Amino acid sequence: MRFLVSLVAVLVLMGAAYFGSASSGGQYLFGVIIPYAAIALFIAGVLYRVLGWAKSPVPFRISTTCGQQRSLPWIKNSTLDNPHGTLGVLGRMALEVLFFRSLFRNTKAQIHGRPAFRFVYGADKYLWLGALAFHWSFLLIFIRHYRFFAEPVPGAVLGLQSLDGIMQVWVPSVLITNVLIIGALVYLWGRRLVNPQVRYISLAADHFPLLLLLSVAGTGAYMRYFSKVDLIGIKQLAMGLVSFAPVVPDGLAPLFFTHLFLVCVLFAYFPVSKLMHMGGIFFSPTRNLANNNRAARHINPWNYPVKVHTYEEYEDEFRDVMKAADMPVEKE
Amino acid sequence: MFDAGKVIIGLVIFLVLITFPVWYNATIGNASYVPDPQIITTAPACVAPTAYMKASHMDLLNQWRDDVVRRGNREYVAADGTVYNKSLTKTCMDCHSNKAEFCDRCHDYVAVGQPDCWDCHIAPEGGAR
Repeated sequence: MRFLVSLVAVLVLMGAAYFGSASSGGQYLFGVIIPYAAIALFIAGVLYRVLGWAKSPVPFRISTTCGQQRSLPWIKNSTLDNPHGTLGVLGRMALEVLFFRSLFRNTKAQIHGRPAFRFVYGADKYLWLGALAFHWSFLLIFIRHYRFFAEPVPGAVLGLQSLDGIMQVWVPSVLITNVLIIGALVYLWGRRLVNPQVRYISLAADHFPLLLLLSVAGTGAYMRYFSKVDLIGIKQLAMGLVSFAPVVPDGLAPLFFTHLFLVCVLFAYFPVSKLMHMGGIFFSPTRNLANNNRAARHINPWNYPVKVHTYEEYEDEFRDVMKAADMPVEKE
Repeated sequence: MFDAGKVIIGLVIFLVLITFPVWYNATIGNASYVPDPQIITTAPACVAPTAYMKASHMDLLNQWRDDVVRRGNREYVAADGTVYNKSLTKTCMDCHSNKAEFCDRCHDYVAVGQPDCWDCHIAPEGGAR
């Protein structure tokens, strides 16, 4: 029932903002105080987590790579899968961050055939596809939202928006990212419910972020396509926040405050959750280290100076006794 | 801290991107701008309340277009009983007579792009009718 806990949590959050924003005091709370607090928590939290990781030493190159290491000149090596220099690492990181290359290698183990059962590994690209669709849509939606936070709206945001609405269906135009993000989130959550193995290992901390994101995307899309809200007032609120002169215009819809509050919860929850993989991916030792273990010497940074007693020193100390006992010595 | 140079560069990029609205509006932008759509009118009221028109005028215009073009129905009865002709050029544009000074003001402000109206209609440029 871990998913039920998450579902109830998200519904309670939505209800709190929807009904809490009815009074003008509530609107100030949900429109000004909570957004500022959430952004402060987000930035401070991300810095804290990243600096904490940066303080952890990674002594050796962890070479869990998928390709041939560079060794002798006549053995062909794999530059991207098993890089030996900075350029190769940059390439591997770029492919990982932008295209989730290691997830592309995801396999599925299944027992096939009757009556002779065989254990078979097969390709499973759906998780990769769902993840890619979700993350890219989310990024584009995030950038599109700068139209509420910048005046005049930058040309890049306008261009992205018209590209996103290129299908020109419905009024206002259905944005491709809207359809993709909701579809991808439904898939990513659905696999946690339907697939027994994945369901077994799914915790509330897995269900909650997915449901939170789904509720953010859902309320946003509902406002855009169905209920309609006063965008001028919303932009005034947003511009007030980013210029540190907050105003709460009259007549903002409760659904808008719900959407805003869910986004605030996402920001505040971000640094303490698995969502920190946004920063964490850059700290993946299996991805960001060149595999040059044999070419360069790496010294463990927490090695303390070991006190050694060499044989020469030993002999110096006991030479007289050794000679008296007729033991051979190196130096007379 | 290990790899301090790289970590700090990464964090600076993160901070610059996440605070984009703050520094953009403080330098290039104009944060205090509030759009001021111009209406030239003697009519006592619009076909629907202002709050509804502000948020949902596109629904009404879309409905009118479908009614007129597909169903040949040109009569719109407002909430107060007044009957209007469902027409962009003959009803809406009597008061909202200038695209640049009315429509574009808010459409540019929240970047909702160019509506389809002017694919068929000639955009009004103001002046008395």
